Amino acid sequence: MSEHDHDHDHPHDPITSEGEPQVAARAWALEELLVEKGVVQREDVRRNIDRLVSRSPADGARLVARAWVDPEFKQRLLVDARAAANELALDSGPSPVVIAVENSEAVHHMVVCTLCSCYPRALLGPPPDWYKSLPYRSRAVSDPHGVLAEFGVELDDDVELRVLDSTADVRYLVLPRRPAGSEELTEDELAALVTRDSMIGVAQPAAPAPA
Amino acid sequence: MRFQAGDRVRVAAREHEGHHRTPGYVKGKQGRVERVFGSFMNPETRAYGADGLPEQALYQVCFAQDELWPAARRSARDTTCVDIFEHWLEAE
Repeated sequence: MSEHDHDHDHPHDPITSEGEPQVAARAWALEELLVEKGVVQREDVRRNIDRLVSRSPADGARLVARAWVDPEFKQRLLVDARAAANELALDSGPSPVVIAVENSEAVHHMVVCTLCSCYPRALLGPPPDWYKSLPYRSRAVSDPHGVLAEFGVELDDDVELRVLDSTADVRYLVLPRRPAGSEELTEDELAALVTRDSMIGVAQPAAPAPA
Repeated sequence: MRFQAGDRVRVAAREHEGHHRTPGYVKGKQGRVERVFGSFMNPETRAYGADGLPEQALYQVCFAQDELWPAARRSARDTTCVDIFEHWLEAE
């Protein structure tokens, strides 16, 4: 009898953690230890993962769209993004400082965390895999124009590129430029143009569909 | 707060055993304080179960792209801004 001979009859590979990346095995081991020592409960872990993956860039997009249609709100957003999020009943997460930075004709911001994967998760959801990858984390600072070009963004020569490396307690959200041709759109329609990548600063918002 | 927005600073070039949040590519580099964020727990001790006290002032420091990566410069005004704790900064 093989080790895998058991109570059902459909074929499948043995269900093991073999082939799992080493880092995943380490995370499991850490969770096991923390639970065993009573530091966290398994239910807490599950609930926090649920909360994290339930977030999406839609919340960030609502902030951006409101800022596009309401200049006074935009000023408040640029002064204190946490307070501005509260105005819209959005939770900006546990970070004590959330900074919104405005892209304009003069300056383009893009965000990276070279040390790990710091990201405004409450407002944007979980970060994309490429944001956590070593190539993005190193090249966003050493060759930012090259990275932007790969995302399809070419800045004019007179635009200042400002890379924000979120190395500590602050989280950054990019307020992208409102696309041309969007003057007639409602706030909800504008929010639908605001992509996750545009709030990281590696893309422009989508252009509105032709009427 | 030891520094204010606009101050010229240099990041300490020292090595540090263990967890710290000062990226190697800015160590020894000169920049300018852009924002003062207030004080936060020190991650260098908090990472090992301590309380992270005393809190350390945290600044956003912007560096000319030339200063960090001369080859990456395109616009003379390109910058990279990094959040750095006060005990890593020296007055210029």
